[in-house]
Amino acid sequence: MKIDHHIISQIITEGAHILDLGCGNGELLSFLEKQNQALVQGIELDEDQMHQCVERGLTVLQGDIESGLVDYPDQSFDYVILNQIMQQIKKADFVIQESLRVGKRVIVGFPNFAHIKARLTLFAQGRTPINDALPYYWFETPNIRFLTIRDFIDYCRKKDIKIEQKYYLGKSGLINILPNLFAQNALFVITRH
Amino acid sequence: MKKDSIGIVTPHVFSFAEPPATLKLESGRSLGPITLTYETYGRLNEKKSNAILVCHALSGDAHAAGIHKDDKTPGWWDDLIGQGKALDTNLYFVICSNVIGGCKGSTGPSSINPDTGKPYALDFPLITIADMVEAQRHLIDFFGIEKLLCAIGGSLGGMQALHWASAYPERIIASIPIATALKHSPQQIAFNEVIRQSIMADPAWRNGYYYEHGQPENGLAVARMIGHITFMSDQSMEEKFSRKLKNDNLSFQFIDDFEVEGYLRYRGYNFVKRFDANSYLYITKAMDYFDLSGDHFMPETKKTIVRFLVISFKSDWLYPTYQSQDIVRLLKRKHAYTTYFDLTSTYGHDAFLIEIEDETRLIKNFLANISPD
Repeated sequence: MKIDHHIISQIITEGAHILDLGCGNGELLSFLEKQNQALVQGIELDEDQMHQCVERGLTVLQGDIESGLVDYPDQSFDYVILNQIMQQIKKADFVIQESLRVGKRVIVGFPNFAHIKARLTLFAQGRTPINDALPYYWFETPNIRFLTIRDFIDYCRKKDIKIEQKYYLGKSGLINILPNLFAQNALFVITRH
Repeated sequence: MKKDSIGIVTPHVFSFAEPPATLKLESGRSLGPITLTYETYGRLNEKKSNAILVCHALSGDAHAAGIHKDDKTPGWWDDLIGQGKALDTNLYFVICSNVIGGCKGSTGPSSINPDTGKPYALDFPLITIADMVEAQRHLIDFFGIEKLLCAIGGSLGGMQALHWASAYPERIIASIPIATALKHSPQQIAFNEVIRQSIMADPAWRNGYYYEHGQPENGLAVARMIGHITFMSDQSMEEKFSRKLKNDNLSFQFIDDFEVEGYLRYRGYNFVKRFDANSYLYITKAMDYFDLSGDHFMPETKKTIVRFLVISFKSDWLYPTYQSQDIVRLLKRKHAYTTYFDLTSTYGHDAFLIEIEDETRLIKNFLANISPD
């Protein structure tokens, strides 16, 4: 089981209502449904992945992330999950703001571009970093933006978004020292309240 | 008979709304007595918690699966209903009833009006989707079923599945509207109006009172031809007919040179044998009147626990994808947990009857996760 999935499962409350944007094949939602008795709704674009979701017994909507949130009333969900999609969406600010409207809390997970290995690859080799969290060559990557832990904290400060919890993930566990240098992935729980 | 067919099935009849306890219709008029013809497949369990209501489309009927004695034609959704199929008769009790206003055994314009001893014809009151569902509700009550596991249907059937969820959210666990809409667009109303006009323009229609003389065959056949064009897609027509000729040469006469012309004529004139022209008028009108958009949908409910599986097909231009997305949008506002698929198919609106593989996979998995409790 993926470490970020475990952490998300520890974050969310029992029986919570959850919306997962870009839920993929539903691995995380399925885990949360079993582990937390969560009531889950996924949104995904890929038909094959969606079929896998339905096979897992999940509720999933075919739709893109940008337009998927608009019609939900305010505070429809306890948590909106944006896990590993921030680097792939066009209107990141819009999606975060909409998620904060639709969900009481938003869980954001993304690969940290400022990880030391990434920095070294860029600095010493002059190449675009490729590692566990960023496993693609430039010509095949679905990622359209790169952000760092510090970038995200700056953003939240600027937009007056409260960071309730933060988790910095290394290869095998949590990172406590100099996260922007040593964490490959980050998970934030943010809210408007 | 196909190997996996459920075999020979027999239609049943249920009567209610005996005067003075007639059924009050949405129009304000009332109707009674009412007969519903229905079929069932599988067995109702002891708790009566495994019932699925299948709602048929415009020209469909109660015969959804299996075959009738001395008949080779399987029911219209035979590929979807049976042992191990999407609506698995090992697990579920499947009910399908002919809508009121229809002509396949349920009370409609061709039924005998008890007041006159003659067919109702246009004395039959206009009926709506709500009235059709109300009649089905009486049938469900008759079975003693408190809660349907699911209502499912395509097109007109999808409207009924939606209306069930809207009118009786406490009596249904899941709803599966397929290739349908919350309301007809002007384009859909326009097609239906041309369909109705072609029937009514036939002198043999006789203002609806034709039963002693026979059907307005030409008008009804043309009406059905229009329908068939809208059920297919440009691509499916290309694949099925292209510009193939029936004979090797052009005839230079106004006959059916092209295969597509022959097909439409065959389908049109065959339809006359099995469907009442007035029923076609009444049912298309009911579809045009249907409107569950905005506050019409679940007016009493802010949050619903009814589960939805909404399905559209990419090549369906009669009930385009955006109309199913409108359904999904409305469901989001009701906090409904919804699964929505825009399935790939080239068959157009007909896809819900033909594109069985993806549909089966979806419906089966969806239902497996719907628990009766």
